Amino acid sequence: MKYDVIIIGGGPAGLAAACAASEKGAKKIVIIERDKELGGILNQCIHNGFGLHYFKEELTGPEYAGRFVEMLRKTDVEVKLDTMVLEVGQDKVVHCISTREGYQALEGRSIVLSMGCRERTRGAIAIPGDRPAGIFTAGAAQRYVNMEGWMCGKRVVILGSGDIGLIMARRMTLEGAKVLACVELCPYSNGLNRNIVQCLNDYNIPLYLSHTITDIQGKERVEKVVVSKVDENRAPIPGSEIVFDCDTVLLSVGLIPENELTRSAGIAMDRRTNGAIVFENMETSVPGVFGCGNVVHVHDLVDFVTAESMRAGAAAAQYAVGQEAGGPVLEVKTGNCVTYTVPQHIRRENVEKTVEVFFRVDNVYRDMVIQVKDGENLLCQFKREHMAPGEMEKIVIPRVHLDKVQGENITITVEKQ
Amino acid sequence: MTNLICIVCPKGCHLAVDEEKDFEVTGFGCARGVDYGKKELTNPTRVITSTVKIQGGIHKRLPVKTDRDIPKGMISQAMALLDTVELTSPVKVGEVVVPDICGTGAAWVASRDM
Ligand SMILES: Cc1cc2nc3c(=O)[nH]c(=O)nc-3n(C[C@H](O)[C@H](O)[C@H](O)COP(=O)(O)OP(=O)(O)OC[C@H]3O[C@@H](n4cnc5c(N)ncnc54)[C@H](O)[C@@H]3O)c2cc1C
Ligand code: SF4
Repeated sequence: MKYDVIIIGGGPAGLAAACAASEKGAKKIVIIERDKELGGILNQCIHNGFGLHYFKEELTGPEYAGRFVEMLRKTDVEVKLDTMVLEVGQDKVVHCISTREGYQALEGRSIVLSMGCRERTRGAIAIPGDRPAGIFTAGAAQRYVNMEGWMCGKRVVILGSGDIGLIMARRMTLEGAKVLACVELCPYSNGLNRNIVQCLNDYNIPLYLSHTITDIQGKERVEKVVVSKVDENRAPIPGSEIVFDCDTVLLSVGLIPENELTRSAGIAMDRRTNGAIVFENMETSVPGVFGCGNVVHVHDLVDFVTAESMRAGAAAAQYAVGQEAGGPVLEVKTGNCVTYTVPQHIRRENVEKTVEVFFRVDNVYRDMVIQVKDGENLLCQFKREHMAPGEMEKIVIPRVHLDKVQGENITITVEKQ
Repeated sequence: MTNLICIVCPKGCHLAVDEEKDFEVTGFGCARGVDYGKKELTNPTRVITSTVKIQGGIHKRLPVKTDRDIPKGMISQAMALLDTVELTSPVKVGEVVVPDICGTGAAWVASRDM
């Protein structure tokens, strides 16, 4: 069986890629999803705040996913649910398995990787103390409460101030639990500001910045958690301990792109994003294999996932009909304050009018200017009043500026205004 | 002068609202921030989301939301209305689950098909 485009993962990234590939004229498209329905992580994100850019209205996660599933129904895209991809092999053969169809090897002219990410649990392993029941990642708790109908605690301490932790602080409170504290190692929050306001402040949940959990006690179930202040080197300060009587700890300590398939396919990875290195059209180092969404870099806004994935889907469709992208490559380098960029590589000839570059900064800054430079030459700049690691930045660079570049790379740097 | 963070969209603009000047808002990125700044200091409201029990669906819970923002002070009353609700699949997105929440005119509606 030969497909034009095989899409691995049916979350918002896979859905948008499929819609765009179909619109670009790809004929045989399939989405392979291991869950029993499409929508990915959005199905458990029942809160609102999705779609303001793309649909110009505020939707909940399931509504946002639902809109794309509707759009998909109007196309001929095939969907394989309950099907797990095991390997992306040589010559773009996708090996997958399901109880209904057994083992299958599907060949694609192009492939889109959109497997999303999973939650980091390393924080849990590093916490000293007992190993009782009652310690969950925030996303797992979200799935229990919102989809499966299991309440998972009465008195809760949350470690980490990522968005999922903040959202769950509010959710557990609304369901009758007492959230005693949200504890963050960094001196700033890693979640969106709006979530600090509407999830913590609205419900008087204290946020302890520059603090961490230093002990978990309990025999069967969590009974006590010890929280300590940390110094500039993030080492706990003796004598600063606060003890909370609680039965549950939720961990919101970051997400890791789900890249086992990517790595084993021999695709070049970026150590900063933990995702594949991509070109302007989201193509990876293996021609005809594209990546988009959280598997490439962790996004906080689904709208950006959609936009990026539509580019990937369209490019995958073009590749499938033999329109390969090529030409000389500009490397995008990171300057001051910038921790990574996506894309990492740009092929000028393949940029129509503009190219979007996403990145994050390493700290909280005010009144900064983002500069795009060719060596010492300034190509263009963008002002920002406020920047934070928890808020992904996006700049749009016009092609005319790229055409001026003399060297083999450009640098994105953030400077004081 | 009160400093607020606009929660209308994920951009999270830093607003300043001047109570002395009839709640004049500065620092907004778009017009919705002006409305939010004024409302937050006069009559703060929120859209609330939750879930209800459902029989015969793909999951055990159906997500719901208030179809418009309701006063912040009414959140717990609005939540209590969901405790006794039990639906049977199929339900369509937008279907009313509980009408007229505590006399506000807002309704709890389903936020997906199930
Ligand atoms: C808790 C939470 C709250 C969020 N809140 C907001 C918000 O308020 N506003 C906003 O705009 N954005 C929000 N986001 C961000 C946004 O929802 C995500 O960035 C987006 O859903 C990522 O989409 P994705 O398709 O890349 O990944 P996912 O949604 O994770 O989809 C990946 C899919 O791939 C499947 N898959 C993985 N591996 C395989 C395999 N080997 N075989 C088959 N299938 C596979 C998975 O089952 C999954 O369905 C939130 C995210 C989270 C986690
Ligand atoms: S002012 Fe407008 S752009 Fe800024 S956060 Fe509010 S809604 Fe978003």
